[in-house]
Amino acid sequence: MAEPKITMKEVDHVARLARLALSAAEKERMRRELDGILSYIDKLRALRTEGVPPTSHAVPMTNVMREDVPAPSLPQAEMLANAPDRSGEFFRVPRIIEESIEE
Amino acid sequence: MLTDLTIHELGARFRRGDATPTQAAREYLARIAALDPTVKAYLTVTGDAALARAAEADARFKSGAPLGPLDGVPLGVKDVFCTRGVRTTCGSKILEGFVPPYDATVVARLLGAGAVILGKLNMDEFAMGSSTENSAYFTTRNPWDLSRVPGGSSGGSAAAVAADLAAATLGTDTGGSIRQPAAFCGNVGLKPTYGRVSRFGLVAFASSLDQVGPFAKDVLDAALMLQAIAGHDPLDSTSAAIPVPDYAAELGLGVQGLKVGIPAEYFIEGLDAEVEAAVRAAIETLKGLGAKTESISLPHTEYGLAAYYLIAPAECSSNLARYDGVKYGLRVPGARDLIDMYSRTRGVGFGAEVKRRVMLGTYALSAGYYDAYYGKAQKVRTLVQRDFQKAFERVDVIVAPTTPSVAFKIGEKEDPLSMYLNDVFTIPVNLAGLPGLSVPAGFTKAGLPIGLQVIGKAFDEAMLLRTARAYEAATTWRERKPELAA
Repeated sequence: MAEPKITMKEVDHVARLARLALSAAEKERMRRELDGILSYIDKLRALRTEGVPPTSHAVPMTNVMREDVPAPSLPQAEMLANAPDRSGEFFRVPRIIEESIEE
Repeated sequence: MLTDLTIHELGARFRRGDATPTQAAREYLARIAALDPTVKAYLTVTGDAALARAAEADARFKSGAPLGPLDGVPLGVKDVFCTRGVRTTCGSKILEGFVPPYDATVVARLLGAGAVILGKLNMDEFAMGSSTENSAYFTTRNPWDLSRVPGGSSGGSAAAVAADLAAATLGTDTGGSIRQPAAFCGNVGLKPTYGRVSRFGLVAFASSLDQVGPFAKDVLDAALMLQAIAGHDPLDSTSAAIPVPDYAAELGLGVQGLKVGIPAEYFIEGLDAEVEAAVRAAIETLKGLGAKTESISLPHTEYGLAAYYLIAPAECSSNLARYDGVKYGLRVPGARDLIDMYSRTRGVGFGAEVKRRVMLGTYALSAGYYDAYYGKAQKVRTLVQRDFQKAFERVDVIVAPTTPSVAFKIGEKEDPLSMYLNDVFTIPVNLAGLPGLSVPAGFTKAGLPIGLQVIGKAFDEAMLLRTARAYEAATTWRERKPELAA
């Protein structure tokens, strides 16, 4: 067996970065499948790319500027209408800041 | 039946007064009620809104002032497009119940042209997939064989046109998601040049690759649909401020004297023998119509797929960060803190393929791997682009198979990599931002459609349409319809 491209520890780390809660079974499956996909992708190593500029966009892109003209935004009520939880004119989320820091 | 007709045939009836938009809308809604439980193309049917809009179109025809070729024509749109007041799920549970407060520009343009929108079409979740099996709701069936996939990710859009459940539809193509399902379902599918059509109001997957385009019953219809949606949009800074030609006017120019490139790398081991035979026969047909063929080489084709499966997931992992359970869609209750709420919501709300790509993209962008994976893929993207540039110095248009095989069975491809390999002939076009089209080019012995892919220079969709139209006019594939019983 070849050395795995991606370890369980890395799966945990990447899932944390991606803000994805995965079950133990999902993680194992993910490790196996990502391993297979990354092994396939390794064929890119065979290609010499020294001096080749990267392409991030298929067509030449430049900054697009426009006049700074005020215009109405979407109404607040419509923007809040899809919120899963709200309080008045705000999106409500679980507490972010601890009530007190004990040290 | 009005549901058999193309957009241009239907429009001619409306103008002559032989039929009304309301009659057409009613026929389509009745057919959807009868057949969609079998095909499962629609996620949402908007019957009342469709009939109201059809009545408005009736009045325009009656007063002798119709808007144009799409006026009163019943269409469907992929559920990836925001539709004001109509739920938009993008095939995902995380957007269940989402009702957008605005229309995507392409939807607004169709409505502005008088079109009657019948509903929203099924798709792979967040447009990730090649079979519509990744829809969080159900799998759409291929109308030619209900045990097979319609392709993906715009499988609902392709199946709806094939089964006459809409006169034409809109889909999106990030790595082949219009051309591959068009090939599997036996209709015309066009992915325009990147930037030709606005992406505003489209639920983003991979922003540097996504492009909106039509599925149609014939090439003229595809041209009419493109005409309606193409052109610069101030709301999308990546949409190109380039004039849009009159596509229908250029359709009849034929292929006499055109130089058609045949890429050696698209006729490889693994290409289905019946697909190869059909595509080679199509090339002979084009020659018979006066085209000159030339062998060309696109040497980096085999690396395109690997580069795509780093670039698209990287962009997806970034775009999908907005699904955090705060602003819209699902939120899983009972979280300890904010991060826990994000993670649990996303863990429950995303399906397996979306999670796979978010993970792959996050990995490829993470510290220590960025240069080896994402950076390398972007350089390979340059090489793929250069291949096409070189080829187009010698030829006007390139033709090749759309897919290596015909529609496969539902559940057949469990391994993600084997599913990805299905897009090997469509992906390079997205990496290079070029326009591509799939046109029906025959059937296998088992009666499954085969697609011919036509690839063009940037912003030269007219050349694709004209080549496909010349081929279509010389063949009879579009006359065959799938047999469906309610």
